[in-house]
Amino acid sequence: MAIIVDENTRVIVQGITGYQGAFHTRQMLNYGTKIVAGVTPGKGGQRVEGVPVYNTVMEVLENHEAEATVLFVPAALAKDAAFEALDAGLKVVVIITEHIPVHDEMAIAAFASRRGATVIGPNTFGIVSAGKCKISIMPHQFVTPGPVGVVSRSGTLSYEIVANLTAAGLGQSTIVGLGGDRVVGLSFVDVLRLFEADPATEAVVLIGEIGGNAEEEAARFISSMTKPVVAYIAGRSAPPGKRMGHAGAIIERGRGTFAGKVEALRGAGARVAEFPGEVPELIRQALTS
Amino acid sequence: MKLFEYMGKELFAKYGIRVPRGRVVASAEEAAAAAAELGPPVVLKAQVLVGGRGKAGAVRFADSAAEAGTAAAEMLGREIKGCRVERVLIEEKLRIDRELYLSVAVDGGARRPILLASAHGGVDIEEVPEDRLVRYHVDPSVGVLPYVAREVTRRLGLSGNVAREVQRIIPAMYRIFCEKDAELVEINPLVVCGEEVLAADAKVTVDDEALFRQKDLPYVEERTAVERRAHELGLSYVELDGNISVMANGAGMTMATLDLIQAYGGRPANFLDAGGGTGEEATAQALELLLATGPRAIFINIFGGITRCDDVARAFVRVKESREIPVPVVIRLVGTNEEQALAILRAAGIEAFRNMEEAARKAVELAGGEG
Repeated sequence: MAIIVDENTRVIVQGITGYQGAFHTRQMLNYGTKIVAGVTPGKGGQRVEGVPVYNTVMEVLENHEAEATVLFVPAALAKDAAFEALDAGLKVVVIITEHIPVHDEMAIAAFASRRGATVIGPNTFGIVSAGKCKISIMPHQFVTPGPVGVVSRSGTLSYEIVANLTAAGLGQSTIVGLGGDRVVGLSFVDVLRLFEADPATEAVVLIGEIGGNAEEEAARFISSMTKPVVAYIAGRSAPPGKRMGHAGAIIERGRGTFAGKVEALRGAGARVAEFPGEVPELIRQALTS
Repeated sequence: MKLFEYMGKELFAKYGIRVPRGRVVASAEEAAAAAAELGPPVVLKAQVLVGGRGKAGAVRFADSAAEAGTAAAEMLGREIKGCRVERVLIEEKLRIDRELYLSVAVDGGARRPILLASAHGGVDIEEVPEDRLVRYHVDPSVGVLPYVAREVTRRLGLSGNVAREVQRIIPAMYRIFCEKDAELVEINPLVVCGEEVLAADAKVTVDDEALFRQKDLPYVEERTAVERRAHELGLSYVELDGNISVMANGAGMTMATLDLIQAYGGRPANFLDAGGGTGEEATAQALELLLATGPRAIFINIFGGITRCDDVARAFVRVKESREIPVPVVIRLVGTNEEQALAILRAAGIEAFRNMEEAARKAVELAGGEG
C-alpha cells in the first residue's frame, strides 16, 4: 500500500526537453518510476532518455495510458500546462515549478477540485513512494522503504530529516512535499488523513514552518488520529513581517507564529522536535511506546 | 510589491471607485500650492509603506495653504518606522458620517480569494470582533457576481444609495484584484459622506511573481541594496539584525539554521537561501555578498541534493585564496559528493562539520556568543 501514487502509477513529464525536465526524468527512471511519455509543445517526435515526446497531453493519451503528470515548465506557462493535464483527465498533477503567480495557483486549485484531481505543489519537491515510485526532484539516495510517512512544506529540510531517519534505521512509506507557496493543492490535513488510512504507515513526520494556519488545522486533525505524529516547525527565530523565502513563510498580523503552531500541535498530542536532528529519536519513542 | 497609497488611489479612480480630490507633492512649495488649489482645510498624508500612520504622526491636517506648506516641510525627509518620506499626498478634508471596511485578499488555506467587509472601518481590522466581520469566499472561476455584493451590503446593514454605491465598489475591487494580480486590495476606511462613498485610503499589494505580466504598474522598491544585489544573483536574501551570516540551501533549511543559531545564543545577520542546484560561481558570489556585510562569523550549512557539495567546497576555497577572510567560517556539508567536498576542504586546511547542530553551536561560539 502507498498513498497517492504506487508502483503501478504511469507518469507523463511536461517540460521534458528542458534541462531540469531531462535531468529529473533520468533520475526518476533510475528510481524505477514508470514514465510513459513527455510533452513539450513543438518538440513532438523527439526522445529524451528513451522516453517519447509529444506536443500535447491529449496526444500522449491517444498513444499511452497514464494517471499522473509532473510539470517542469516555466512559471509563466505553468497554469496552461496544469489545465491541459487536468482537462485531459489526469488525476495526479505534480507541479515542481516555483514562482507561479498566486492567481494562477488559485485557478489551478479550483479547476482541479472540479475535476476531482489531486494537485501536489506548486513549488514542491514532489512525492516519493519509497522503493516504488518517485515523482520528485528529491535526491533518492537518502530514501529507504519503511513505516514512517513524511509530509512537509519545504524541500531541503525534508531531505535532511529523511536522511536522519534513514541513518537511524527508520525507513519511509511515502514522502510528500506540499510546496512552499501560499496556495498549494494539498494541505497537511489531506495528507495526514491518507497516512492515517494507509496500512504501510505507522507514524508520521510533519515538517512545517511559520506563516499561514496549515499546522494549526493539522493539529485539529491530529487529535483524532490513532497514529503518532512528530512535528518540526522551522522559523522560530523569524521576525514578524519578513518573508523567509517561501511565499507562505511570513508572520502577518500576529498570525502563523512558531509559538502558536507548537502549542496547537502539542495540545493535539503531537511530539514536537526542537531540532531537526531530534526527529528520529522522537519517532522511535512514538513507535515503541 | 506594495503600492503607495496615491498609486492605489489612481488605480481605484481608473476602476470607477471614488477617491478624495488630491495631489502628490515632494516639496513644501508644491504642498502650499496644492492646498490652495484644493481649498483648505486639507489633510496631508506621508506616503510610506507602513501601517499605523495616524499614530506615527504621518497624517496631519492644515487649515491654510501656508500651514500645509509647513506641515509638508516637517514630514518630507523624515523617517516613519524606518521608511523615509519622499512624497506627501494632500487631499480635501472630508466631512465623514461613517467609516466602513472592505478588502479582497488571497486566503491560502481556502485556496480562494476572500471578501472581507465590516461596518466598523477606520480601525485595524484585526481588532474588529469576528461577529462584526462579513467573510465571503469567491470561486475564482466565477468571480464576484452582483448578488454577492448585494448579500455583503445586506449583512453590513447598508441601505439606499450607500448600499448601491458599495455594491458597485465591491466588484470593481475584485476586478483590480484579478487584473492587477493583487494579493490584497484594501479600503480602510471606505467613508460615507452624505450620499457619497469614497475610498479614504488604499492598500494594494501586488504578487511579486506576477510582475512580469504587470508592466504598466509603477515599480516600488522595498528591498535594501544588499537584498537587491542578492535577488540579481538569484538568491533569496533577507537582512536581519544579528552578526552571524548564514548561507544555506532551501527556505525551510535556512530557517532551521537561523533557529539553531538563536537556540545556541547567537544572532543571525541574515537569511540567505542559495536555492537548489546552486553551482560554484553563484556560491562564490553569495559568499562575497555575505563578507561585504561585515559579520562576526559565517555559517555555511548545505544539504546537497541537487546542490553538489564539491561545488560549494570549491567555491569556498576559491574565495579564500582570492582574498582575506577576516572572520571565522563554519562549514557543514552533507549529501551529494560529500566525500569529494570534504577532501577539497581538508586539502585547504579546513575541517567541515557533518552534523548541523554541532556546526551551529561552533558558529555561535566563534562569533563570541551574544553581543
